[in-house]
Amino acid sequence: MKKNRVTKMMALVGVTALMLGSLSGCGNTDSTVQTTQQEPAETAGADIAAETTDSFAEAAEDAGQTAGDTADKTVSGTITMAGSTSMEKLANAVAESFMAKYPDVTVTAEFTGSSAGVEAVLNGSVDIGNSSRNLKGEEKTSGAVENIVAIDGIAVITDKENKAADLTTEELVGIYTGEIKNWSEVGGNDEAIVVVGREAGSGTRGAFEELLEIEDACAYANELDSTGAVMAKVASTPGAIGYVSLDVLDDTVAALSLDGVAATEDNIKAGTYSLCRPFVMATNGEISAQSDAVQELFAYLQSDEGKDLIKTVGLIIPD
Amino acid sequence: MSKNNKNSLTGSTLQVQIVELIAQIIFTICAFFAVLAVISITLYMIANGTPAVFQVGIKDILFSTVWKPTASEPSFGILYVILTSVVGTVMAIVLGVPMGLLTAVFLAEVAPKRLAAVVKPAVELLAGIPSVIYGLLGLMILNPLMYRWEKALFQGSETHQFTGGANLISAVLVLAIMILPTVINISESALKAVSPELKASSLALGASHIQTIFRVMIPAAKSGIMTAIVLGVGRAIGEAMAISLVSGSSVNLPLPFNSVRFLTTAIVSEMGYASGLHRQVLFTIGLVLFIFIMLINIVLNSILKKGEKGND
Repeated sequence: MKKNRVTKMMALVGVTALMLGSLSGCGNTDSTVQTTQQEPAETAGADIAAETTDSFAEAAEDAGQTAGDTADKTVSGTITMAGSTSMEKLANAVAESFMAKYPDVTVTAEFTGSSAGVEAVLNGSVDIGNSSRNLKGEEKTSGAVENIVAIDGIAVITDKENKAADLTTEELVGIYTGEIKNWSEVGGNDEAIVVVGREAGSGTRGAFEELLEIEDACAYANELDSTGAVMAKVASTPGAIGYVSLDVLDDTVAALSLDGVAATEDNIKAGTYSLCRPFVMATNGEISAQSDAVQELFAYLQSDEGKDLIKTVGLIIPD
Repeated sequence: MSKNNKNSLTGSTLQVQIVELIAQIIFTICAFFAVLAVISITLYMIANGTPAVFQVGIKDILFSTVWKPTASEPSFGILYVILTSVVGTVMAIVLGVPMGLLTAVFLAEVAPKRLAAVVKPAVELLAGIPSVIYGLLGLMILNPLMYRWEKALFQGSETHQFTGGANLISAVLVLAIMILPTVINISESALKAVSPELKASSLALGASHIQTIFRVMIPAAKSGIMTAIVLGVGRAIGEAMAISLVSGSSVNLPLPFNSVRFLTTAIVSEMGYASGLHRQVLFTIGLVLFIFIMLINIVLNSILKKGEKGND
């Protein structure tokens, strides 16, 4: 009887500890905003998004002053951005940390799509147009300047045992749309392909499907909700294929080369690896013609601090 | 402490009355807090879950099978998701309840005292293990095993989509284990509450021990066992963490070797980046889940009431 009571007590203590643990877990999510910089890409986005939408309303009020006060040496004013939804994480992170460094500047970001963003910067309604593709010829001739601030690269991964080391773009499309079901069809072992991907709404999934032009045509066997989960699933499942942001690659998985080009930062910078896209912050005219605040923002992105920030959201620094 | 004792024993009536009053107020506030929580959660779920119903249409949400929330022409059908939750829960109950009930019989009737002293704390500890641990074990042990079976079963199949072992069976097994403690503990109490006279009469009439258990004790403990089952259903249908790790999370018809998505995991997996209508539909899924849980509770209450009447 006494023994029983002791075990009960132990169970109780255990359960209490677990409950406390889960409570403090909840507490943590609130504080992620401060620690965003150190967090690897995934968790950061949502929190920052919540933060910036708060400041959006007040910023919109003084948006009128945007262009004024260029003579003022201490940087102040507002910077407005609009454009690509894929750049939401980057834009919010930049806005957040830039405002922390320059308290007198308010940065606001709207996410309306790349084309809408470039259009907005051309007609002067925003200072910076975010575009997750290269600018088109006619956009450039209208005066938009293509400032590539970061490159988004995606690696296609398999488990280490997989013999297939290279896929063509068509083969990759075939695998993800469910037409190719066995690795033997693409030069691997006789092993079923387990198609792993991210959940709807994920930026990586959006970019992957957009670049391969298979939006909403994918037949996923696993839709996992974090990069880490994709890595773990692919690493532990024979025949699995998945995609992750290039920066999280490690030696638990094998990265496939695409059309004979390995997924490396160098190849992406050289423009030979196809699963990547530029993140453009377009301005109307050269940067030097912009307001002080905007110039300062681009200078910030060029600085070591800015480059670190870009890396922490999982992007590649262009040369 | 000594002063308090003095108050309650020999203090003035006024002081006693004040203490009584304060205690009563504190109790009322605590009780009110729980009621407030239930009411506000209900209102919140309804307020957040219904806008999408009007925007998308209840038929297109509940009875469509296509879940493409981020497509250019989004589709928000959750029929497969609902079916998965129902089928998964039923299968978990079918597996978990017999095992749990027999364990309860073992603990209450059959087990030697020493053995019961080992099994009972083990069951209690099982209840305390956090669900994510079940999920992790499922991911590491069940999924690879399932994948081996899957490969053997569907070898050369042209139509089957291989899931790497993340399928309905894995999720059901995890759920079945997770509901065991609930089923065992409540059924055991129900069996122990059966009056000893019933058991003695049965044995006196010449029935064997096993006959007595199955013909007399279990029928007599019926309402308690029903409660255990309903609570098990509640636990299984509300579980998210463990099954999100093992079920694969693709929206599919709930067949044993398909990757499936439950009501709970549908919310968990996409809430992070969902926005606009997509987010609202996730709240609608939450509302559907909420309604399921409410129905289960109503059933539970009616069983308990019936049980009380039966005992009278």
